[in-house]
Amino acid sequence: MANPMRIRASAKDGVTEVRVLMSHVMETGQRKDASGALIPAHFITELTAKHNDKVVLSAQFGPSVSTNPYLAFKFKGGAKGDKVTVGWTDNKGESRADEVQIS
Amino acid sequence: MNIQRRDTLKAGGGLGMLGLLVAAGLIRPELAEAAWNKGAFDAKSLDAAMAAMGAGKPAESADVQIAAPDIAENGAVVPVGVVSNLPKTEQISIMIEKNPNMLAATFDIPEGTIADVQTRVKMGQTSDIYAVVKADGKFYMSKKEVKVTLGGCGG
Repeated sequence: MANPMRIRASAKDGVTEVRVLMSHVMETGQRKDASGALIPAHFITELTAKHNDKVVLSAQFGPSVSTNPYLAFKFKGGAKGDKVTVGWTDNKGESRADEVQIS
Repeated sequence: MNIQRRDTLKAGGGLGMLGLLVAAGLIRPELAEAAWNKGAFDAKSLDAAMAAMGAGKPAESADVQIAAPDIAENGAVVPVGVVSNLPKTEQISIMIEKNPNMLAATFDIPEGTIADVQTRVKMGQTSDIYAVVKADGKFYMSKKEVKVTLGGCGG
């Protein structure tokens, strides 16, 4: 299982800002290891963020996204204590979901 | 100690957790499988990627703004932000023209979410970054050149 994401969600003036730092190798499939063999691609393909049960952002990633991807976005609404859930799936079928409360 | 038994237990526990997550709606396998736009992510040219997204030839718009450095010292981590001031923005995509896979990310913006996303991308070399925005069914774009002094795709 991959390491937990670091998620920060803060509400201000009716807008909630969410910042996510995922822990993932994001291997492009272009790099070679020391012996010259290609390292197989391994990257996050899908990401969904929810506020309570409402989807507030869905994203598709390609291998060009950096290692340990960072993502920040804002949505209207959201109050202190509400749940924000972020989940991803990668090209090998691994997935992870983490949840925080808006502060 | 019976090692096999422990492994079986562990596997069983893992499966149960996944089942729970699916049941809770955290993971929707049918959606996760279908949505990824393989054609667009595999595209090797800007035109092909745009075509796979159904964007055709988007018009350049000043309402699409890219926040990225003029010079990136480390191509492995280039911060990119895209803001769209167009009404009814539905989707934002980030493309890097000279990367082997140029489409970096696509964000679907539901109503209520502000068209303002930031992420970090890899850049193999100096290139134009394109932001393609779908708003009210039409596509718009904007581009910005980022100079890379150290490539991010080296071995």
